[in-house]
Amino acid sequence: MTLGLSLWTAEVDPRRLFDAQALANAGRFVAGAFPPRVDVEFLRFLAGPVAETVQISVMGMVIAIAVGLPLGLLATASLTWRGILHERAGGRARRWLGLLPYGLARATLSLFRSIPEYVWALVFVRAVGLGPFAGVLALGVAYGGMLGKIYSEILESVDPQPLEALHAAGAGRPGVVLYGLLPEALPHLVSYTLYRWECAIRASAIMGFVGAGGIGQQVELAMRMFQFDEVVTLLAVLLALVAAVDLVSQRIRARVVA
Amino acid sequence: MYELTDVRKVFGGLVALDGVSLTVGRGEHVAFIGPSGAGKTTLFRLLNLTLAPTSGTLRLDGVDVAALSAGALRRARRRIGTIYQQHNLVGRLRVVHNVLAGNLGRWSAATALASLVRPRDVEAAARALAQVGIPDKLYARTDELSGGQQQRVAIARVLVQDPDVILADEPVSSVDPGLAVTIVALLREISSESGKTLLMNLHSVELALAWFPRIVGIRHGRVVFDLAPDKVSSERLEELYAGHGEEERELGGPRRGVASFGKACRPLPGFAG
Amino acid sequence: MKAAGRHAAPSPLGRWWPTWLALAALVVWSWLGTRVALGPLLSGEALAAIATYVGRLFPPDLSAPALRAAAVGAWETFAISLVGSVLAGLLALPLALGATATLVYRGVLYERQRPGPAARGLRLALYAASKTVLAVCRTVPEIVWALIFVFIVGLGPFPGVLALGVHTAGVLGKLFSEALEDVDRAPVEAVQSTGAGRPAILLYGILPQALPQFVSYWLYRWEVNIRAAAVMGFVGAGGLGQRIYVAISLFQEQQLLTLLLAVYIMVTLVDALSAWLRARLL
Repeated sequence: MTLGLSLWTAEVDPRRLFDAQALANAGRFVAGAFPPRVDVEFLRFLAGPVAETVQISVMGMVIAIAVGLPLGLLATASLTWRGILHERAGGRARRWLGLLPYGLARATLSLFRSIPEYVWALVFVRAVGLGPFAGVLALGVAYGGMLGKIYSEILESVDPQPLEALHAAGAGRPGVVLYGLLPEALPHLVSYTLYRWECAIRASAIMGFVGAGGIGQQVELAMRMFQFDEVVTLLAVLLALVAAVDLVSQRIRARVVA
Repeated sequence: MYELTDVRKVFGGLVALDGVSLTVGRGEHVAFIGPSGAGKTTLFRLLNLTLAPTSGTLRLDGVDVAALSAGALRRARRRIGTIYQQHNLVGRLRVVHNVLAGNLGRWSAATALASLVRPRDVEAAARALAQVGIPDKLYARTDELSGGQQQRVAIARVLVQDPDVILADEPVSSVDPGLAVTIVALLREISSESGKTLLMNLHSVELALAWFPRIVGIRHGRVVFDLAPDKVSSERLEELYAGHGEEERELGGPRRGVASFGKACRPLPGFAG
Repeated sequence: MKAAGRHAAPSPLGRWWPTWLALAALVVWSWLGTRVALGPLLSGEALAAIATYVGRLFPPDLSAPALRAAAVGAWETFAISLVGSVLAGLLALPLALGATATLVYRGVLYERQRPGPAARGLRLALYAASKTVLAVCRTVPEIVWALIFVFIVGLGPFPGVLALGVHTAGVLGKLFSEALEDVDRAPVEAVQSTGAGRPAILLYGILPQALPQFVSYWLYRWEVNIRAAAVMGFVGAGGLGQRIYVAISLFQEQQLLTLLLAVYIMVTLVDALSAWLRARLL
């Protein structure tokens, strides 16, 4: 029933896809798109936006890690308030004291990742102006939220016994994190971060739709000007870029996880 | 050193320790024996101040541990070194860092971080490794070592920690019998040299009787006897292990846990013991 | 230190230094290229500006028209994501079957019944075509698909549905075919040994094994799509996005906060719903 209502709300009407007007538009798109534009001038011009896309993704990830790692640690229940490290730590009051930053970190992470990165981009374009910096901040906040959540899940699934050993030897919280938690979880943390970077390159490529730099801006412009031959070239470039990033991240992953 | 009065520990309705009273003097060496599931591991996790008793009191050098502040608790833990059946080492770190982790009770966070980049106090780590007989493994990755070598690393970590008490929870149940004797002898020697208190859980009754001056039998979370080895009769042992298979107290013991070495991240298991 | 002498201490960066160097260079290059200005951003002035902006967001506009706009937008977004995901599932299934090597041309099913060269060529072509279609579908981002479909069928939620459907079909098709290739061979052989034809083997030996993964992947993509559907509106494809775009462009900060809250609540609800379904179904 929900689906029926949704179908109605979404104005789904397959006939619209095949009426004369739509077919004519599709025809115009395909006719305009081929052959794609591949002259040297255009390709040289593309180098700038492509580089910018990569740069946005990298800086976005740097900020996302800076946001996600500390918040993720705070959002790790086994570190802040539950489990074997806390069996003996003071009374109930102390436990609640650990619960407070935990709850705050969880709420922040959830807020950061629930608002899509493009909405963040729109907000940051307002805040810091048009250009790649807005894209960087948007990626940093949205992906920081995602990284933080997954980091905390990875950290909670770490084998607790070596941590118990460190704790029993008198290590404090930083000692347990540095000598137990992070080394144990490292391959998973790195692997997930790389996966997110692969997503970030896609995201940064389309950030431009709202004015946050990268090749997205060119795609939107080309679409607006009905330059479909340029759209196809841009999409092909995006495809190559994504494939290249996947390749790089796969090689790093293979080395780290080994 | 330790003074336990009527200590009980209940895990969600399951009684692990049921009124244990026990006194251990400074520098004493004691072996704990008993069937698996008797509560020996739980007792050790209470003794190293990881768990809190459900009721009863645990005094360390005359001080009731329940009254300690978080800081005092950490200082107390620093004085107690634990060697676990599963080693509980961090497999992905180099041996040197696992050994130096014995210092974490003394180091500040900044020192701990700096040492991960450029190890501090390498000489102490090297000395400890030489003492346990694997001087050449300083920079090896821990999860590349054999089970017996990993146990030696765990002992080296305790040596660096230099505690007043060494708690060894089944330190030899996952190594081969020849090595088991070596490790028990090593721990006895190290402890005697520096006057440390040594408490050890053992599967193997033979090892316990041969190497320790005081034997405590535990069954169903209670102390059944607390005697010198020559007073431990075979009737006592029959009683202690009644209903449990003969193989459980043989030299070497069941080889639990060997398969799980080096697994960095596994889903949260229930704690062993 | 004789131990350390025999076993020289590795340098802190070890054999990793080229990787670290490359990474550092990449970050510096990106830093310069994106004109990141964290300093000014964290300066008193900028922080004050941000504080004023955030201040203007409050209180959220909770008047009846604003709430109604948010509710209608949220419902529309929900509908786009749901219909889009269902469409994606329907498109992905046949494409995934074509893109599963163990179904099309190799593996247990073809051990004793090798197709002739012509038939084999045809099968390989089917496989390659399915893979290519899936790759194109998932590489073009959903928002670009939305632009294209807005151009073809006009404004409104429908192009949003099509965009989500096509892009997600590409993602799901790949995941589905991987799940199909990974199924346990033993039951497949058992069904085949009863003399069943390939459609029957698919239905009785392979799909039942892969079904839980299909459901899990579909739920996961639905969670992704609810977020995507919320931004479709930026290019005119309906839902909350369109209203957010308008609110930002017209400096209606208080309405904006209401809409952002609507996104947050809806995304959280869908995540919870999906988690509940996952627990129920799997």
